[in-house]
Amino acid sequence: MHLTLNGRDTEVDAHPMKRLLDVLREDCGLTGTKEGCGEGECGACTVLMNGELIVSCLVPLAQAEGAQVTTIEGLGGHHALQHHFMNEAGAQCGICTPGMIMVASTLPPTATLDDIRVALAGNLCRCTGYEAIYRAIHAAHTTVGA
Amino acid sequence: MPAVGTSVARKDGIGKATGATQYADDLTFPGMLYGRTIRSTIPRGRITSIELDFDTAGFTIVDYHDIPAGGRNVVALIEDDQPFLAQRDVRHVAEPILLLAHADRETLLAANVVIAYDAQEPEYDPERSGLVFKSLGIDKGDMDAGFANAEMIIEGTYRTGHQEHVYIEPNGVIAVPEKGGIAVHGSIQCPFYVVKALKSLLGADAYVRVVQTETGGGFGGKEEYPSMIAGHATLLALKSGKPVKIVYDRTEDMIATTKRHPSIVRHRTGVTRDGRLVAMDVDITIDGGAYATLSAVVISRGGIHAAGPYRCDNVRIRGRAKFTNTPPNGAFRGFGAPQTLFAVEAHMERIADALGMDPVALRELNALRPGDTTATGQTLTDDCSALDVLREAVRRSDFHRKRAEYRGTNRGIGLALFYHGAGFTGSGELRLASKARLSLTPTGVRIFVSSTEIGQGTRTMHAQIVADAMGIPYESVEVQQPDTQLVPDSGPTVASRTCMVVGRILQRCAEEMRATIGARSPAEYYAAHGPLDILKEHEPPAWIQWDEDSYRGDAYATYAWGCDVAEVEIDRDTYEVRPVRITAVQEIGKAIHPGLARGQIEGGTAQGLGFALLEHVVMRNGEMANATLTNYTIPTTLDTPEMDVIILENPYRDGPFGAKGLGELPVDGPAPAVINAIRHLAIDVREIPATPEMIFAACT
Repeated sequence: MHLTLNGRDTEVDAHPMKRLLDVLREDCGLTGTKEGCGEGECGACTVLMNGELIVSCLVPLAQAEGAQVTTIEGLGGHHALQHHFMNEAGAQCGICTPGMIMVASTLPPTATLDDIRVALAGNLCRCTGYEAIYRAIHAAHTTVGA
Repeated sequence: MPAVGTSVARKDGIGKATGATQYADDLTFPGMLYGRTIRSTIPRGRITSIELDFDTAGFTIVDYHDIPAGGRNVVALIEDDQPFLAQRDVRHVAEPILLLAHADRETLLAANVVIAYDAQEPEYDPERSGLVFKSLGIDKGDMDAGFANAEMIIEGTYRTGHQEHVYIEPNGVIAVPEKGGIAVHGSIQCPFYVVKALKSLLGADAYVRVVQTETGGGFGGKEEYPSMIAGHATLLALKSGKPVKIVYDRTEDMIATTKRHPSIVRHRTGVTRDGRLVAMDVDITIDGGAYATLSAVVISRGGIHAAGPYRCDNVRIRGRAKFTNTPPNGAFRGFGAPQTLFAVEAHMERIADALGMDPVALRELNALRPGDTTATGQTLTDDCSALDVLREAVRRSDFHRKRAEYRGTNRGIGLALFYHGAGFTGSGELRLASKARLSLTPTGVRIFVSSTEIGQGTRTMHAQIVADAMGIPYESVEVQQPDTQLVPDSGPTVASRTCMVVGRILQRCAEEMRATIGARSPAEYYAAHGPLDILKEHEPPAWIQWDEDSYRGDAYATYAWGCDVAEVEIDRDTYEVRPVRITAVQEIGKAIHPGLARGQIEGGTAQGLGFALLEHVVMRNGEMANATLTNYTIPTTLDTPEMDVIILENPYRDGPFGAKGLGELPVDGPAPAVINAIRHLAIDVREIPATPEMIFAACT
């Protein structure tokens, strides 16, 4: 199977019904995408497929054939959201953080708090009560040069 | 520039934000097998046969016979009652019986094991159950005299349900054969608890090393259960000679691992017409489930907090943890206190109603003040802040204006006053004799403690304390990942003790190191003299007096104080109650890292709101029937209201820079504040979670 993973052409030798989540973690060595529930409820495994947010635990590899897939690793290490999630303590235990950041990366800088709440409604965090996550996203959107 | 009191960048922040940080399931070892646990499907009975209905080639199969000579089939904790693997009898659904390992996960999951049982009649009702794990009594004053002086007596029964931790990373470990023994890498709150359990399993002389991997949330749920999983992975690894990974999926985690103890609390309270509490009679039953685990300590903390943050001369508290044929309940943030504080604060609201008194005025009149004594007879010192948090919460939330304005609308407002004892109960900290070590490095210092980072900010906060105590930059302080071969036993990462107790030991290590190296920088001293290690042990304050049998004395070194105001809205068609705003005022001694402290309050408040309104564990035939995140709902962004968090600081003299314990306090308040806001809507609910079904029943 073939896909464009974080901008690179990638060949994957795996069963077409293997979950994209497992393909990313086990066949591609990208463990930044996490599994929290395996049923599409928690959002920890969120990645971008052809620009759309998907939960990779519910997508078989076959469906990603030929697609552009972006994971947390694809944002590099210097994305403004990553920086502000660190500074605002938007990550506590950190297991939901990659999924949160992937969703946040699709929001425009003009997003209101309500927009952010709605966008993140499919991503569970048990540590923060979400407030620090809003602060991190808000900081990333308002800091000059972000 | 001092680090303490500023929100420095988390030590682990960037690794988590980039996805580089590795958790248990992210690790692989050469030749690694996957492990699976075969569990009982009935709540009580005797195993009559086990049939392996699959091709066993390539499988490693373990039952209790595989426990090595010299080892014991006991998950050593408090009581020696819980086996790693059932031998003959099962006491609950999901009790581990057999273990399988295979290199291919699909093959492993396809294996079918058929177990036949002689089923027996299960007991699900803790009040009817004849088996008591632990009971306690707390007595203060003279109950007869107290009730004789009462002008009114108010009674009530309050109930709370199970609560599931829902750390987003499920439980998981990898056991790796090492040096003739075992190394376990895993998602673990208390590495030395696992060492103790594995030494019970393998024999005291066995080589056991436990390494905490980055942990995706704990909340108490990774306090004792990792010992069980570690034992299972260890048995499979030793038999196969290969590393074995066991990571639970969400459903297995929810069905098999511990939960918050359900509770039934009965109050009978004597008051005068002007609102003074003159007698408080409290009776508590908690459901321990099928094995003792930590129930004895949970009922202890629950009992001590049961009279609430109030002055009353005559108090009688009786509590017990009972056996039922349900999976064992265990540690969960708050550890018994959220249950009993829910009851007393819901009851106080009913007392205010019965007296026709303002709920704030009733609490102001009775709130503990410095110099007052608690139910156990502990005299509170100047760091008692009950009135401060109450008054600030009432002011910040504009409580009285809204109380009047909301009356008769679909909005309600209610409050709860609460406190939480920090550290182990009574003489527990003395017995623990926790240790911490500080080592000089060529560039600064390195912290060696067994306290784990589980999201709350252990590394960062400890490094801040050490940096300022030494007068060196925060960046020059490193923190060793807990590995029981390298770090001393600092006690478990529980009981809101990691900052206040372990942080204080580190502060003392740092002060001594600073005195030793004098005016030189750590680097200069290291270059001239080489390594320097300072190890210190916790010294509990000498004034702490506690009698374990009578439950008299200084139950905790200090208390943190909180007052939550909840504003809720009801949908009169669906009977759904939603929180719309929470004001949380919490006095924590000193916020070492204000951003992290705020994060603890916000996160704990959200977890408390889930406990109050959403999180309903449905038990059917002794098994959690809604063991998925689809059917067991925790608060999402849309269920979590705007929060106004206010941190007050009233220093504890024996805490590092004045800090008290904070981790658990925030979950104590939301549930009673919400239920009292629902009462303001003229709906009488005395049980949580207050689901729409329950609100509907109360309205009709």
